[in-house]
Amino acid sequence: MGLSDSFFASRFNITERDLERYLDEALSRGGDYADLYFEYLATSAISMDESIVKSATQGVSLGIGVRVIAGERTGYAYSDDLSPEKILKAAKVAACIAEGPSQVEKTPLQEGPRRNLYPVIVAPTDTAFSDRVELVKRADKFARAYDPRVFQVQATYADSLRHVMVATSDGVLNFDRQPMARLNVRALARQEGGPPQSGHSGGGGRVGLEFFLNEKTPEHFATEAARQAIVQLNAIEAPAGELTVVLGPGWRGILLHEAVGHGLEADFNRKGTSAFSGRVGQQVASPLCTVVDDGTIRNRRGSLNLDDEGSVTQRNVLIENGILRGYLQDKLSSRIMGSPQTGSGRRESYAHIPMPRMTNTFLMPGESDPTDIIRSVSKGLYCANFGGGQVDITSGNFVFSASESYLIEDGHLTRPVRNATLIGNGPEALRHVSMVGNNLELDEGMGVCGKEGQSVPVGVGMPTIKIDKMTVGGTA
Amino acid sequence: MRDLAADIVKQALAAGATGAECTISEGDEFSANVRMRELETLKEAGSRGVGLRILVGKRTGSAYTSDFTTEGIHLMVRQAMELAEVTTEDPHLGLPDPAELGSLEGDLSLYCGEVAQVETPFKIDLAKQAEAAALDADRRITNSEGASCDTNLSRNVFANSLGFTGEYRSSSCSLSAVPVACEGASMERDYWFTLARSFTGLEKPADIGRIAAERAVRRLGAVKVQTQKVPVVFEPRTARSLLGNIFEAVHGESIYRHASFLAGKLGEKVASEKLTVIDDGTIPGLFGTSPFDDEGVPTRRTVVIERGVLKTYLVNTYTARKLGMKTTGNAARGITGNAGIGHGNFYMERGSKSPEEILKAIPNGFYVTELMGFGINIVTGDYSRGATGLWIRNGELAFPVSEVTIAGNLSNMLNDLEFIGSDLEFRGSTAAPTLCIGEMTVGGR
Repeated sequence: MGLSDSFFASRFNITERDLERYLDEALSRGGDYADLYFEYLATSAISMDESIVKSATQGVSLGIGVRVIAGERTGYAYSDDLSPEKILKAAKVAACIAEGPSQVEKTPLQEGPRRNLYPVIVAPTDTAFSDRVELVKRADKFARAYDPRVFQVQATYADSLRHVMVATSDGVLNFDRQPMARLNVRALARQEGGPPQSGHSGGGGRVGLEFFLNEKTPEHFATEAARQAIVQLNAIEAPAGELTVVLGPGWRGILLHEAVGHGLEADFNRKGTSAFSGRVGQQVASPLCTVVDDGTIRNRRGSLNLDDEGSVTQRNVLIENGILRGYLQDKLSSRIMGSPQTGSGRRESYAHIPMPRMTNTFLMPGESDPTDIIRSVSKGLYCANFGGGQVDITSGNFVFSASESYLIEDGHLTRPVRNATLIGNGPEALRHVSMVGNNLELDEGMGVCGKEGQSVPVGVGMPTIKIDKMTVGGTA
Repeated sequence: MRDLAADIVKQALAAGATGAECTISEGDEFSANVRMRELETLKEAGSRGVGLRILVGKRTGSAYTSDFTTEGIHLMVRQAMELAEVTTEDPHLGLPDPAELGSLEGDLSLYCGEVAQVETPFKIDLAKQAEAAALDADRRITNSEGASCDTNLSRNVFANSLGFTGEYRSSSCSLSAVPVACEGASMERDYWFTLARSFTGLEKPADIGRIAAERAVRRLGAVKVQTQKVPVVFEPRTARSLLGNIFEAVHGESIYRHASFLAGKLGEKVASEKLTVIDDGTIPGLFGTSPFDDEGVPTRRTVVIERGVLKTYLVNTYTARKLGMKTTGNAARGITGNAGIGHGNFYMERGSKSPEEILKAIPNGFYVTELMGFGINIVTGDYSRGATGLWIRNGELAFPVSEVTIAGNLSNMLNDLEFIGSDLEFRGSTAAPTLCIGEMTVGGR
């Protein structure tokens, strides 16, 4: 497919000459680099609450972002109108960051290599609404049937289809069509006289509706949400203080996202404000730890054919056997640091400036049998499910909340405990990893990562691991 | 714009809707960021969007678009109508009672035209001054995440099929600084900011930079303390987040789902009698103020908790009907969809003690300056978060602490409020003074 058959050409009559003209305008006052990001986003969402489909919404937003880089400076402007006058005006505003006559020689636009990591034939946004409504109805029904103590269920389904086109002054012209779908279930349970407890589950990816019919069904997510709420009914207060902690596989990989992932984004490191700044080549984790960020896994929520600067995504080894290997780069940081690009430039929408971000971040499997890992702990905490996490890049401190966890006593899981926050320090925590399981799992596809006000979808993954020392924020 | 919104409502009725609500919002944003005394980023743009929610009897559907052409609007109306086919009848669904609609009279001081006229170099200079003040404040400020000066101008229009149309404009400008302090192996950052409707309302750039620097420097060399139960003091910045938790707990949707530890507690004592919490959307110039809510109901002053007693939940029309109440004028929504619930200026009434007096009364405790993570369960009130701050020893701030947790239960915490400070100030739409909770678990070594 060339520009002429692309979505933006056919829908908005945009030609290669137009793109050249906009880039020329962007570089008319100097600057080293300019790019254009065209976006057309269709979304829909359905929500069910109290067994009533209470809301259904759909819509379209579209726009273009124009960026000009001059040295370390960035000028940015956008327009939600794709008429040539409005795009030229945005280019003129972004150009103001540079001073003086144009200096760079533009490279002629050339279409990049094409691949499709998410070959979804019928985008979820193009399916019948009645089929999508059926998903939340099935989830609602099943969660309620799971146990009579379940008394409230909320099921929400959301999907989107994003068309993008990136054209850059260094000659990149790339297109992508990015589908996404997600189903979430929340359940509340209570037993006589006691307070309610909640459970939550969700997932999806860059998939079509068939994913929820054949792979992860509404019943799967419903069961998981209801099960977690029921488990919590008998939970006791969580312990407080330093403990040995075993983290289960999959979504628990959010530990890596917070503990090391953000700290390895190149923008913080070129500015020297990350706890990991200047540590490439140093031991920052136990030799059992190899951490990878991979944007190329088929149909995953964090995957992209190309990043939001038009660069092809790839598999990046961040930490290898405990040694820090490199950072996640976007174009600006890789130019300034003189490092190769890693395909990690991402943005929330055309109204946002790209920055280095994670895609799917996971820990490679080790050799331990997961049951042996639990058996090796005489007193500790097993975290089976997490809520969200957060990190302070500069000090390296990070937290995540354990929404389902159990005491480990003499090598066995005993009582479930209530929600507790776990806290650690990035460059420190992974040194205490003493066992890594052979059971790598990726999460089910519900991660949203926030940075400087921009949200992007991400994936995480991990095998079962044991951390010898971590602070658990309970009350007991 | 008002005419366009009213016309879209008419188009929806013509297409078969029995009721309709249309929201139009338009905004211009500007941002200048400087770092290490140099301009780093300039961003400037405007955008707009329109959303429609329709009712067909007791069913609803919503759609939105940024395409304001005739075809774009037609498509939106069709899409909203299409969705009313897939939703379920809901007996509580509907627009507000006509008698409840309206808009506050008079000037609420939400908009200052000057903000649009201020030149870019002036804004860059403000950011440079703030960052320079931070960099020059202390030799240990060795780096910076930068300083920025941002402005926003927006216009909100709302119309419904009961004949309501309303419109208001608002402006904001802000200045913030994020310095990084370094000493030995310890590196810490912190921030400070000022926010106003006009440039003349902003605090001095030099003060923003200096305060941000002091905050970053005092975190250097932080240690992890032993696990223990002690009094915990929240400075206003962190106390504000507790107020956010109270808002979620009195949120009408959490109440009808029984998903709040305050559900079913109306008229009961839920907190220390020192605590009074108010929601007031009518205070001129503040950031939680608007002439009407997102359903066209005038905003008002509502006492939520009075001397420890829960007086009301905060609701919109839908949740009011579910709970047998009247709307409190707290409807809030983005561009589209059913109205949710938001707050106006949501604040805690000030107490009588100064922050120094509160500290003086504490022989051994924890003063929290930053909270991390999402470990708050509104259903049960269970509270467990990462915390950074200073240790209180014999009534004084003695040394910095980090990588610890604080934990308790919100219900117990509210009842265990020992002191409420006199230092209430609005920096955004929620505000709380310094607070002291009698006992929480600090998790550390």
